[in-house]
Amino acid sequence: MRRVARELAPPLAGVACLLVLWAIVAAPASPNTLPSPAEVWSAFARGLSNGSITEAAGKTLLRLAFSFGVSILIGTAIGFGLALNEFARRAIRPLVVALQITPFIAWLPLAVVWFGFSERAVVFVAIVGAFPSVTLATISSFGQVPPLLKRAGRTLGAQGWQLYRGVIFPAALPGYVSGLQQAWGFAWKALTAGELITAGLHATGLGQLLQRSKDDVPMLIATVAVIVVIGVAVEYLVFVPIDRRIRSRRGLLVGG
Amino acid sequence: MVDRAESAVALAGEREATPPKLSLRGLIKTRRSTSGEMLTAVDNVTFDVHQGEFVCLLGPSGCGKTTILNILAGLDEPTSGKALLDGRTISGPGPDRAVLFQEPALFPWLSVVANVEFALKHVGVAPGERRERAMGWLENVHLTGYANAQPHELSAGMRQRVALARALACDPDVLLGDEPFGALDAQARELLQNEVQRVWVESEGRKTFVFVTHNVREAALLADRVLVMTAAPGKLLEEQRIYAPRPRNLDDALVSRVVSEVHEVLMREVGKGGTT
Repeated sequence: MRRVARELAPPLAGVACLLVLWAIVAAPASPNTLPSPAEVWSAFARGLSNGSITEAAGKTLLRLAFSFGVSILIGTAIGFGLALNEFARRAIRPLVVALQITPFIAWLPLAVVWFGFSERAVVFVAIVGAFPSVTLATISSFGQVPPLLKRAGRTLGAQGWQLYRGVIFPAALPGYVSGLQQAWGFAWKALTAGELITAGLHATGLGQLLQRSKDDVPMLIATVAVIVVIGVAVEYLVFVPIDRRIRSRRGLLVGG
Repeated sequence: MVDRAESAVALAGEREATPPKLSLRGLIKTRRSTSGEMLTAVDNVTFDVHQGEFVCLLGPSGCGKTTILNILAGLDEPTSGKALLDGRTISGPGPDRAVLFQEPALFPWLSVVANVEFALKHVGVAPGERRERAMGWLENVHLTGYANAQPHELSAGMRQRVALARALACDPDVLLGDEPFGALDAQARELLQNEVQRVWVESEGRKTFVFVTHNVREAALLADRVLVMTAAPGKLLEEQRIYAPRPRNLDDALVSRVVSEVHEVLMREVGKGGTT
């Protein structure tokens, strides 16, 4: 319990500082340019009670789960294939790198041409934004499996699939999970940006809520805050504990 | 002691009447260096190892002794010549030839006991029996208290003892050691050398050990027969039989005589390597 308090105290102090600073700066400003924390909080409460925020967040998270899931499947399959074949890896890896460093938003107009102002366009952009990270992380995590462990596994009688299951997959796991963590960040950014731009008539989501709240600054900031909080929550409640568990088990935790 | 030495001589003769367990015939291994030229790592090496023998390959670093061990393990292939196990060409690694590497090479995601179970699983021990048998092998190296620890929580010497337990859990005919004590401090090394010696003695001639080392004292302590190699490219330079009774220690007159003889040969060889 005391450990949790010690862990949480500094970040909470940081957030408190930010809120105080915000309140001071916002005091003389108009609510239509920079509303105070209290005004934003009441907009947030309004959004909760009329269901607009919960509905948007739910839709966005559903899209996120779908696009991230598909990115993992595609990215892992391609990455594993490329890890196995050196020629294919040398042929295709540069293309995947190119895809990864291309700003995902550049695909949006094309996605709209192909899929219209639709949910599918948004999901397409999120997948294109996320799967290259999964692929590259899969390739590099296999590449970083210590040869000594593979040799040890082979001399102990593991071969073929057994060697993959018993040695190579577990040895590649830490690098792979780091890749997923990075990919989720890309998916999340691509998804909200895509939603913002393709704020269609029927579609709802946090990005669309941003678009619709252009004239309601407190609601706008409340929506941004929801996006931030979801991002931080997934990072710290999902990826950090998984990563920490894997690393501490292997004695890889620095200063842990 | 004289009697025991004589019986060791008789035993050696008896072994050599049977076909060799391991056999290298005109083994040559070349490889391309990073600068692109072909280097000869092992140059025409021929020797036999009989079942139940403890042989040490001794030589200056870079003489190709690790290459020879890897070929015996099936982890590397000869460029020309033959590597035979029970008269058949070695075509790959297998649990009949367990290997102790210089690093313990434990799987860091598995607990100590699960590392030993890994070996049992791949030699076909039923799931229900693995835990008990793994604990037995850990008891053999006095590490039952650490069964559920992760490898990184152990000292280097303890990790290498787990690696020994894991290698023996395969119940291999042949145990190959690639300088397995090289990275340990003096106490841990002595402890492990004694354990290896004990395991070999307890196998009563069933298990064949081939260890690579650059440490003359280690070779004289452990081996029935020391094969001294030249500096690169590696060739066999000299063979030295050691009939001292076991368990040995370095104060045995016979062992220390071998140490000084082999040491002299090896120093001449290292000197040559240094001037070319």
